[in-house]
Amino acid sequence: MNDEKKISGGMSEVVKTVCNILEGFIFVFGCYIVLYGQLSPGGGFAGGVILAAVFILIMLAFGKERILKIMPRKRGAFIEALGALAFLAVAWAGLYVSGIFFKNFIPTTAASHFNLMSGGTILICNIAIALKVMAGLFLVFFVLSITRVVLEGDKLKMVKKQ
Amino acid sequence: MTEAMILFLLVLMILGSIIALESKDLLSSVIAVGAVGFMLSVIFLILCAPDIAIVQVVIEILTLIILIRVTISRDIHIVTDTRDFLPFALNIVLLFVFFMIAAEAIRNMPAFGTGVSKVAFPYLSRGLSDTGSANIVTSVILDYRAYDTLGEATVLFTALIGAITILRREAKNER
Repeated sequence: MNDEKKISGGMSEVVKTVCNILEGFIFVFGCYIVLYGQLSPGGGFAGGVILAAVFILIMLAFGKERILKIMPRKRGAFIEALGALAFLAVAWAGLYVSGIFFKNFIPTTAASHFNLMSGGTILICNIAIALKVMAGLFLVFFVLSITRVVLEGDKLKMVKKQ
Repeated sequence: MTEAMILFLLVLMILGSIIALESKDLLSSVIAVGAVGFMLSVIFLILCAPDIAIVQVVIEILTLIILIRVTISRDIHIVTDTRDFLPFALNIVLLFVFFMIAAEAIRNMPAFGTGVSKVAFPYLSRGLSDTGSANIVTSVILDYRAYDTLGEATVLFTALIGAITILRREAKNER
């Protein structure tokens, strides 16, 4: 048991169980904040931070191995770049369709107000920003927590944390 | 009533900041900073700005986790440095000058709750019909002022590139 705990890393069994129950709910709540950003308080940035918090929760509770299976560094960087490019693509699409950078080119009617699909490009922008913020903040936390600075001779050196 | 509550919270925030600055223990310093952030989010809620209050709360939690995980797990726990006299005196003088200018500026500010920004009124009255977004804050940041949001996204992107480049696992000369 003791050896197994050492290999798997992370925190105690209580924390792992509670995290297992809660992580899905927090993820759904983050998606809700993102998707309903044009109707209720919230939006891409706040929802993206909540989604990033899910990954950080998993990493703190279960250790590095499990999070590397869900979100390896390459995949995180890919999602981050994808979100940024999608946001820029919406801006360029506005320029292409109607000649104005960031033009909201999807028409909105009074009938669609207060529905989920209202707001035209705002929903797409929210999702793009959420992807970007989620992967970005998680990667910042990840790279900060796996490296540590040690003094070697008179030089500071970055090493991988054990 | 609202102003009294905000003033109370502001005094608490100043106290929390002083505790964070003066505390010798790094962990209690970080926790005091977190308390200041949560009080700020309560102020945003009192001022009827739930959007920014949500962002403040979640960012505060995240930075608190990052600060505790990253700074506390390093070997520096207790700060023992004392302040030099000259920088301290200079700080006091600069703070006094700033306070005098700020007092003059605050006297000339419009009354609490009255807007001077003319552009806000078209946003409020036409926001829903222009953009179809029921949340006016979202319609401003992602439609009227989407250019600003693009700039902010670029700032986050650049920060991440810097963090990954500096903190990458493989040292350069090992390759």
